Amino acid sequence: MSMPSFKERLNYLFSSTKGLILVAMSMIAIEVALFGMLSGPMAEMGVRDFVVRVMNMDLVQAEREGRMIILYHSIAMAMIAIETYMVTDLIKMKSFYKTAVRVLITIGYLLVMVFGMIFAYRGHNWAFHGVYIFGLSLIFISGVLLTIALWPWNKEYYQPDKNYSRMKKGVDLERTAFFATALTTILSALFGAVPGSFFGNGFNVFLAENVIRFPEKSTMQYAIIGHLHIMLALIAIMLTLVIGRWLNFKGILHKIAMPLMILGTIVLNLGVWGVATPLEPIAHMIIYVGATPSMLAALMLVIFTWDKLIKEGKPAEGKFRFGQKIGSLLRDPLRFGPMWQMVFMNFTTSFLGIFMAIRLDEIFRVWPAREERIELTGHWHVLAAIIATIVLLYYGEMIGLKGKLRQWYGWLIIILSDIAFGAVTIFEMKRLFISEATQQPLVNNLMLAIDFGLGMLLVLVALLLIWRLQDLFKKKGRWSEEVEQELNQEVES
Amino acid sequence: MKYTLLIAALLISLLTSCGSVDLNADIPVFDTGVNPDSWASIPAGEFYKGQFNDVASTAAYEIMVTDVTVSQYAEFLNSALNDGSVKINGSKVVGYYPGDEFHGFKHESPIDAGDWLFIPLNDPSQRIIYDGSTFSAQAGYENHPMTMVSWFGAWGYCGFFDYRLPSEIEWEKAARGTDTRPFPWGDEIARNNANFYSSRDPFETMSTVGSRTSPVGFYNGRTYDGYTTLDSASPYGLYDMAGNVWQWAGDVYENQHYRYMRGGSKDTYEMDLRIWVTNNATPTYYSPGVGFRCVK
Repeated sequence: MSMPSFKERLNYLFSSTKGLILVAMSMIAIEVALFGMLSGPMAEMGVRDFVVRVMNMDLVQAEREGRMIILYHSIAMAMIAIETYMVTDLIKMKSFYKTAVRVLITIGYLLVMVFGMIFAYRGHNWAFHGVYIFGLSLIFISGVLLTIALWPWNKEYYQPDKNYSRMKKGVDLERTAFFATALTTILSALFGAVPGSFFGNGFNVFLAENVIRFPEKSTMQYAIIGHLHIMLALIAIMLTLVIGRWLNFKGILHKIAMPLMILGTIVLNLGVWGVATPLEPIAHMIIYVGATPSMLAALMLVIFTWDKLIKEGKPAEGKFRFGQKIGSLLRDPLRFGPMWQMVFMNFTTSFLGIFMAIRLDEIFRVWPAREERIELTGHWHVLAAIIATIVLLYYGEMIGLKGKLRQWYGWLIIILSDIAFGAVTIFEMKRLFISEATQQPLVNNLMLAIDFGLGMLLVLVALLLIWRLQDLFKKKGRWSEEVEQELNQEVES
Repeated sequence: MKYTLLIAALLISLLTSCGSVDLNADIPVFDTGVNPDSWASIPAGEFYKGQFNDVASTAAYEIMVTDVTVSQYAEFLNSALNDGSVKINGSKVVGYYPGDEFHGFKHESPIDAGDWLFIPLNDPSQRIIYDGSTFSAQAGYENHPMTMVSWFGAWGYCGFFDYRLPSEIEWEKAARGTDTRPFPWGDEIARNNANFYSSRDPFETMSTVGSRTSPVGFYNGRTYDGYTTLDSASPYGLYDMAGNVWQWAGDVYENQHYRYMRGGSKDTYEMDLRIWVTNNATPTYYSPGVGFRCVK
């Protein structure tokens, strides 16, 4: 490959939206594949020992929690970068901001992933830790710039079309929802950074699920618990807004949904921040009040999209039967899938969380702490993974998958992930219907379903990435078309 | 259609997996050579406590070298039943506990004075047999740690002999000694160091009963029917301070009714076998993976 050709590829990977997303997805996939081998069934099978030896990892037992925190953060930063690329392409903003935001977040997450993981898993070179923190800082600054860029009270960005949610004078409420989410995200990042520094400087690390039963938690411990919950929620909210934009969410449901989304996001954040204030006793109530409108807004997006998908299949003449409607709804897994995953998320995360909160003292706090921990870690891992599958589905649309490939790609993501997530949910709740002594066959089958679902999903992603890698070696590959494409040009009509 | 078939197959598989498990399946019987009646002396002084090596200290005390065995607990029940310290209440053995101070704290449940569950008798995982007049250990489990015992049952056993349950800090020192090791035997863990989830020990059948308890002191460097263990005693010579069964600690903390457990168990991954890891549950909780030992 000649130097100009190499530059063209670099230009695609690091300056086009789809290239940037591809790089971030690849980084996440590599990290998940590599570090996923250090726990669970891979560890049981002895794969972990092999990986540790080959990679010359230094796994000090007392530092496990610290390693995991850096691992979570590095994956999350790449995911936030993907969302940022989408937002900066879908929402109008000055080109300076678009460029600055992307440059900062790209450098930031790459530094976090590379230097953070080397620091965590291969001995402690503190210079690397410094670079890791520097990367996180760049991402934070990028977030501040994104928030400024999304400022909704600039007349240039007023919404002229009455089909979309807007204020009387034209302030675009969808843009305001993006703005509110970005603003609360950077504030909530601080909410983690402050206690992170507090505990980190004393080299005292802990996982939130391990302090959950402390009768009296410190403000900093509350802040950590709040931080992880709100950041995941905000990533989900931002993705919901992104998907809504891609599918051109509009009409009456949009008009109702956007104010709800703004209200929900702000109140949800206030509730979570409240856990570290004297409001703690009522913080959960505030969180419920905030979560409800956010979830209603997401429900409206689901209704809008599914209604749209169904209507697209309406025959020109004759009766539109129920079976035809279902067929129409399911015809395109890439557009049906994100909404389905949002609905499915309620069974694996939201309803579970609500059930847990309502029956905490009667059921979950009767179980030993380790059982409660399984439920806690399970449901937020599932939520994180569901978010990832929605991104994968949107990515399938972005790269223009068509025909059978589109069907296979879309349905495999939905089916494989839902098998795994469903099995995880049953695993979390197993104590409700089976005793410890007799659970093993059920656990084995659930593990099989989880490993099969997630394993095959990773294989699918690997195939996708290998295909994209191979495409980069073609002179006029798919990449050469994508280099100029922008997501805002591909918003549905 | 394919989706429906897949879901159906998965559901059938799950439903069939809820079938019964033979909890009395044969278990290998080994004499470990470790005497469960022996005690280890822990000197007074400082040691490194917790994940972050905070300095703490204890007075001198003695602690049992192994967990209390099923046989030992059966003998205790016979004596305690004779002198009225415990009684049979339906399908439970209960005993008196003087209660805890209740502060009405968030999530705190009252523990009033009265008779509390020591062990259930009708649970299929119970290894204590009661024939209507005498308690005995189920054959094959005599030298296994006593499980299916509540915190009250552990507290009652130790108190009956004028012993007590170890505090968390006492337990930790006995497991760790005076250095900063994460496991009682050192820095690393191998499968034949301890009985933990999927450690492939001779008592484990992952396709059916899963992980089962091992006799106390099993991981002492001996070879049993071709299975070689590593000597995994703590610096003070205690066995099973990591894995096999969680061990109840004696602390009663203000503002909570939870009782704490240490050491990890046959049902947990090795991360929970690290010395500083804790678990907790209501004091009436019992499980095939929870036992105890005493101090004096």
